[in-house]
Amino acid sequence: MNELTTKTAAELAAAVAGGEVSAAEVTAAHLARIEAVEGQVNAFLHVAADAAARASEIDARRAAGAPLGPLGGVPVAVKDLFATVGMPTTCGSRILEGWHPPYESTITRRLREAGAILIGKTNMDEFAMGSSTENSAYGPSHNPWDLSFVPGGSSGGSAAAVAAYEAPLALGTDTGGSIREPAAVCGIVGTKPTYGGSSRYGVVAFASSLDTPGPLARSVLDAALLHEAMSGHDPMDSTSIDAPVPPVVAAARQADVAGMRIGIVSEFSGEGYQPGVMTRFNEAVELLESLGAKVTEISCRHFKYAMPAYYLIAPSEVSSNLARFDGMRYGLRASASSAEETMSLSRDAGFGDEAKRRIVLGTYALSSGYYDAYYGKAQQVRTLIIRDFDAAFEQVDVLVSPSSPTTAFPIGERADDPIAMYLADLCTIPSNLAGNAAISVPCGLAPENGLPVGLHVMAPVLADDRLYRVGAAVEAAFESRWGHPLLTEAKGLSA
Amino acid sequence: MTVTYEEALQKYEPVFGLETHVELGTRTKMFCGCPTAFGAEPNTQVCPVCLGLPGSLPVVNQRAIEFAIRIGLALNCSIASWCRFARKNYFYPDMPKNFQISQYDEPLCTDGYLDVLTGGETVRVGIERVHLEEDTGKSLHVGGATGRIQGAEYSLVDYNRSGIPLVEIVTKPVPGTGYLAPEVARAYVTELRDVLRTLGVSDVRMEEGSMRCDVNTSIAARGSGAWGTRTETKNVNSLRSVERAVRSEISRQAGVLDAGERVVQETRHFHEDTGVTTSGRSKEEAQDYRYFPEPDLVPVAPADEWVSSIRASLPELPSARRARLISAWSLSELEFESLRNAGALDVVEATVAVGASPADARKWWLGELARKANDDGIEVSALPITPSDVARIAALVKAGTLNDRLAREVIDGVLWGEGTPDEVVEKRGLAVVSDDSALIAAVDEAIAAHPDVAEKVRGGKVAAAGALVGAVMKATRGQADAPRVRELILERLS
Repeated sequence: MNELTTKTAAELAAAVAGGEVSAAEVTAAHLARIEAVEGQVNAFLHVAADAAARASEIDARRAAGAPLGPLGGVPVAVKDLFATVGMPTTCGSRILEGWHPPYESTITRRLREAGAILIGKTNMDEFAMGSSTENSAYGPSHNPWDLSFVPGGSSGGSAAAVAAYEAPLALGTDTGGSIREPAAVCGIVGTKPTYGGSSRYGVVAFASSLDTPGPLARSVLDAALLHEAMSGHDPMDSTSIDAPVPPVVAAARQADVAGMRIGIVSEFSGEGYQPGVMTRFNEAVELLESLGAKVTEISCRHFKYAMPAYYLIAPSEVSSNLARFDGMRYGLRASASSAEETMSLSRDAGFGDEAKRRIVLGTYALSSGYYDAYYGKAQQVRTLIIRDFDAAFEQVDVLVSPSSPTTAFPIGERADDPIAMYLADLCTIPSNLAGNAAISVPCGLAPENGLPVGLHVMAPVLADDRLYRVGAAVEAAFESRWGHPLLTEAKGLSA
Repeated sequence: MTVTYEEALQKYEPVFGLETHVELGTRTKMFCGCPTAFGAEPNTQVCPVCLGLPGSLPVVNQRAIEFAIRIGLALNCSIASWCRFARKNYFYPDMPKNFQISQYDEPLCTDGYLDVLTGGETVRVGIERVHLEEDTGKSLHVGGATGRIQGAEYSLVDYNRSGIPLVEIVTKPVPGTGYLAPEVARAYVTELRDVLRTLGVSDVRMEEGSMRCDVNTSIAARGSGAWGTRTETKNVNSLRSVERAVRSEISRQAGVLDAGERVVQETRHFHEDTGVTTSGRSKEEAQDYRYFPEPDLVPVAPADEWVSSIRASLPELPSARRARLISAWSLSELEFESLRNAGALDVVEATVAVGASPADARKWWLGELARKANDDGIEVSALPITPSDVARIAALVKAGTLNDRLAREVIDGVLWGEGTPDEVVEKRGLAVVSDDSALIAAVDEAIAAHPDVAEKVRGGKVAAAGALVGAVMKATRGQADAPRVRELILERLS
């Protein structure tokens, strides 16, 4: 493996800016790595044909003395639901196979402007619905820690790509945990920013009120760099917050938790939590205490209703958001004799089982006569969860829990058991319902199977910087204890 | 089976209501920056947002909110301090997202009224709500007999219209208008159109579809106090059709009830050519639109100060104008109505403003000019003659330079593009001849030609002079000053 692929984004950006290495060399190293391991990982659905050309442009800009931007020459893998000009966008679905968006998402446009090299589009559960990438129409991605295990999902391709050193950074989206859970089970860092902190314009919608684009990276500082570059107000997204981006990069450099008040969510333990996950989580909490944080236990008693509420709200929005995929204007079109039949057959052929399951669920939940009992009630639960967070954040600065109740599971194990699959997001869903910020950082390997465990940190709306303070402090302390980054222990890849 | 309208009204009492869709005249669409201009090449005024492309998001056009608030205020509605858009979900190829962004249980404007004048009476029509939504694309079904999607060989969709801001103005049910129901319905749409035009929020062209009506009608036995089952008639796209649709539905429903059957709650289609309605889809098998709050938009919360400033900027509304003009011009309500129905209010007022008397202005615009417009099948205001021209012609008549017949010739000249009234008078040599030296020869000629008549006048039968005046007018091709001719005849025969 070329050592350029093991560098952090911060190191690469500095090296390119300083002329120690060219963007072309950085890109070539990552393209070579992709070439070498994709057969095992299947993280990418599409590799950018123009990556080398874009890298040369960066080098030309540097040669001309022009500023490169904070991510100048750094490759970024992009989850395949960001609209990108020049690359297809499939959302992991057969129904969008071959669709080339005629417009660019705000975030990928900002990253291009920041000098990033968009190196390819990553695999995902169809329309971001799933926790394993097994719901992709293009086959599952594989966990670099053990190729027979899932990389989590729905941003599993992005997490696997970063964990396999195919890219130092990746974009994901998090609707119920789709950045944090794959980051946790792949042993990397993933952040769900505050809802509205990162633009959704050009991000194909799963559940509009929950979808949050965010960064995946191998270090907390790298995640902060991408977080900062992608964020900020976007007039094209009505739900985008018109406020300054929280100082996430500064917080990641600060890496200090002395005096911080940290609350352990008492609901997120017990039955269903893998012992090794709890072992590593408890160690992380002890570590935080040793670094000067004040740790207390906090009960958020409505969090147990978060999952059922989520599985009414998200499918309801899905049933409406996915209605546009009807074969009429773009994407897969089944041949039939009437418009209605064309729509019906196109959708039948184009959507996978999980997409269909959620469309049916959501259609039912919004139906006349059921709306109040399902969608309406779920929105009330959502309000109660927000109040739980508000009360908790009066007492503590951040809340912590495991990122997921278990480590990665074998491919196929939960494929036929949707409920078991849904449980992977048990701890992450409340932050989506409340719209606040959360991160997953590696906190060791579960003793029973040697797979990574994530520490989940939740912060109030627009207090994303706190995540990076805690995350960077934990990362520094653990790496000093382990003597190396956790990911260097990943031995799943033969290359 | 269908009974006559008169028979129906003897037994039944109608109730009607109207849902009117109006395209707002904003420069750009409801949720994106695409232009709204009518008549462009199909699918040239589109973008990812109004095409509903995956990942695109709507952003509310503030101007459309302002226009809707203007409408709500003009219709005496309460303006919500906080409301949301909702998604109306159903599948149709001209809806790019397969849902329409509309408003459901939280409309922007509620509970108002509009006073309408018909047959000299004022009827207050309650306004249930005014809400905002986006228009759909426009389908063209090719190859079928009916122009409907059923039976078509293929369909074309133009998304230029997709996302154009619409307001839907829904009345409360209007009971108690009896025989006049169809006229009141028409008068309501007329008044509403005038209000919207006055507000400058829409071009309200029913023929271009920028204003479209659905008419709800029900009937119940007289004196029963009950309301019957209503039908919703779609595709009612002219003022005349509104009246005909209500009339036709009343007759049809009376026929159904008389036959001992029950009226089916359904959507019906109005046919301009035959003036009757036919059954569309039944409401009982109607779709469930699965409304829910639009998660891609934030709530609309117009600040009190903003609403107040919009209220302060409202122009004079038709009802206020009506009161003012009736008083200033000493009109009856019927006279006012005929002026309004002729579409001549603006031009008459403008003509008065440049100096004509209200009576003269009305006389010319409702008389000669209305006839010309009618001949050409255009609005009187669209004639190529200005209020200043008309005022000038009225002034020339008043000064005796023109008589009515010559004035009509001047109007012809102006309409033919021969210039201003004064230029036409000049070019056509139309001024009244009142110069005695020019007239005396013609008078003497007439006397010589009609010695018997002249004798009668000499004998004291002054009334007989009329025939001599007529002869002079004929000889001068109408240009002689008739009163002066008469004086000269009497002088010479005394």
